[in-house]
Amino acid sequence: MKTLNHLAIAAIAAGAMFAAPVAKAQDLVFLSTQLRPIDEAQKVREVLLKGAPKTTYVVEEPPQFAVRMKAEQAAGKRTISLMGALHGELQPLVPAGSLDAVDDIAAKLGASGIPAGLMELGKLGTPNQQYIPWMQATYVLVVKKAALPFLPAGADVNALTYEQLAAWGKAIQEKTGQRRIGFPAGPKGLFARFVQGNLVPSYTGSMVTEFRSAAAEKGWADFKALWATVNPNANNYNFMQEPLMAGEVWIAWDHIARVKDALTAEPDQYLVVAPPAGAKGRAYMPVIAGLSIAKDAPNRAQAAAVIEHLLKPATQLAAAQEVGFFPVVDAPLPPDLPAGVKLLADGVAKTQGAKDAIVALLPIGLGDKGGEFNKVYFDTFQRIVLRNEPIRAVLDAQAEILRSLMIQTAAPCWAPDKPSQGACPVT
Amino acid sequence: MLQPRWLPYLLIAPSVAFLAALFLVPLGQTILLSVDGGQGFSLANYARMAGDLNFPTALRNTFALVAVVIPLQVALALVMGLMLQKMTRGRELVLWIWTIPLGVSDLAAGLVWLAILQDSGYLNTLLFQIGVISGPTAYLNSETPVALFFAVVLAEIWRATAIVLIILVAGIQLIPKGFGEAADIFGASPWTKFRRITLPLLKPSLQSALILRTVLAFEVFAVVYALGGRNFPILVGEAYTWQNENQNYGVAAAYAVLVMAISLAATIIYLKALRVDPETQG
Repeated sequence: MKTLNHLAIAAIAAGAMFAAPVAKAQDLVFLSTQLRPIDEAQKVREVLLKGAPKTTYVVEEPPQFAVRMKAEQAAGKRTISLMGALHGELQPLVPAGSLDAVDDIAAKLGASGIPAGLMELGKLGTPNQQYIPWMQATYVLVVKKAALPFLPAGADVNALTYEQLAAWGKAIQEKTGQRRIGFPAGPKGLFARFVQGNLVPSYTGSMVTEFRSAAAEKGWADFKALWATVNPNANNYNFMQEPLMAGEVWIAWDHIARVKDALTAEPDQYLVVAPPAGAKGRAYMPVIAGLSIAKDAPNRAQAAAVIEHLLKPATQLAAAQEVGFFPVVDAPLPPDLPAGVKLLADGVAKTQGAKDAIVALLPIGLGDKGGEFNKVYFDTFQRIVLRNEPIRAVLDAQAEILRSLMIQTAAPCWAPDKPSQGACPVT
Repeated sequence: MLQPRWLPYLLIAPSVAFLAALFLVPLGQTILLSVDGGQGFSLANYARMAGDLNFPTALRNTFALVAVVIPLQVALALVMGLMLQKMTRGRELVLWIWTIPLGVSDLAAGLVWLAILQDSGYLNTLLFQIGVISGPTAYLNSETPVALFFAVVLAEIWRATAIVLIILVAGIQLIPKGFGEAADIFGASPWTKFRRITLPLLKPSLQSALILRTVLAFEVFAVVYALGGRNFPILVGEAYTWQNENQNYGVAAAYAVLVMAISLAATIIYLKALRVDPETQG
């Protein structure tokens, strides 16, 4: 009898546990792939969401984010109302039908000063607004001041070319015996973005169409020469702040959020400059995080209110200070920024303001093929640089894969490629 | 009162249902996913897998790892097991220490070896202090494939020899002492005793150990991922990459089915090659 009683109590307790989330279902659930580390997530909860309607902020890694959205949809039970994710992570949710159009919120935010180009990106190639731009960032070059004495004569650290960067790396190697340039080419690194957003468009003025052009061939040859001065551990680097802080690397390319720790730890040791330029110019890739509302969201009205809160100039500035992502609305940065964040802000300004800047946008319209698009660029790098295959043959072969991917997704060209009717061509 | 005839079935029913729900169903789903070409049956995912840049390397690396690691582990475990048998005092303590790695998760084991072998790791620190090297030396990148391979082999041997050892120790204990004593009377050398008595009588345990260890070796992932990352592609690692980074679940499923087919084939080969007489079993 006693056992039975225990069982009954256990059953009631279990029932209560399962019932608990139902009771709390009115709370708004905000799922984000950005600002995941515990301290950043805490900043979101305590600083960025302060004054917003009551919100449960949860984070998920990008692949699990996609799986969770899919699973909730398949189960027919949405718990998430608001999503915060990168442009490329929200994109696959459009063909999956997981996003609710947010044209109403976009209309309300009309006067906030979000640039029209950014708003357009948020349509993800559809007629409707799929997400509201939330925060932006980009990829920069971080230079440790210890490397400056080795800068080749005639080179300006604020206007480097790929050839000068290679010469610089070589000089450092000759004088110190170490290869001290680094790229995040590890399994969780963002190296594919470097190839498609910086390297290829800097030489060709194009990300897709001119993929196998003679100009691209020259770019790859230059980069192969540069790679000889890159730290051989680059294939294990994921976040460049780690090898920078360990002193293994002096010159590193990465996303600003992935070098922030090194810069805030020792702001007087570093410079942040624009990425190098090729024959066509200095290509860079703006990164956009967006806010979306789930289709069948349990709490749409409240989610809309949270979006409006997060886009207030004060919240946007707080995000820049606390987590190193920069405003999308019209909100000038205050002069009393922490030194590390100021370095980043200057680096972003230099990158965007460079005379020869070329904007290379994140892929648009690829649906769930974004990962395979990245793979084309990474495989090209792997074959040309790591496996030493002939550049022309590799570009021809990979161009075929790229072409079939574009035809399959029917994605029209995006900047810097010229707009196309139908699938973006690969010549 | 229940029919006793039904009782065993009733008792095993929960575990059967549990395995069916959480193993057979996902297995069926994976196979279906791998042959789903969008419009019905298609082998496109398999073609994509076989045509991929990393596929030949991953296949070669996985088989090379199995071919080097398994014989070494079985030999080591045999030697360790026989040494244990000769010990009279402290046997449990030694066995306990040898099996510590079993309690460590494989990712943690990989990270331990990463801490030892990376540029500024413990090994380099030691070598630097005794003057063998003059600065950080890299062993785990694409320019040092041989060192990387041996680092993975070393970590795998450290991590997973104990499971073979435990099975063999149990097997050795089952060998009746009488055979050895009889052989001694006829003046057999230790080597003859090992070959003619221990090894044949250990066959059932060896078979289980080999099957278990080989299947696990084809599924190796976390240790390699920690030590080699992209520099050492293996089959399960590629499945992970296709699922997570390339977000192509079909090709990932094709890899998963391939790994399963290889494991099944290995099991069948062991069952045939090391056929055990029913009379010598248990």
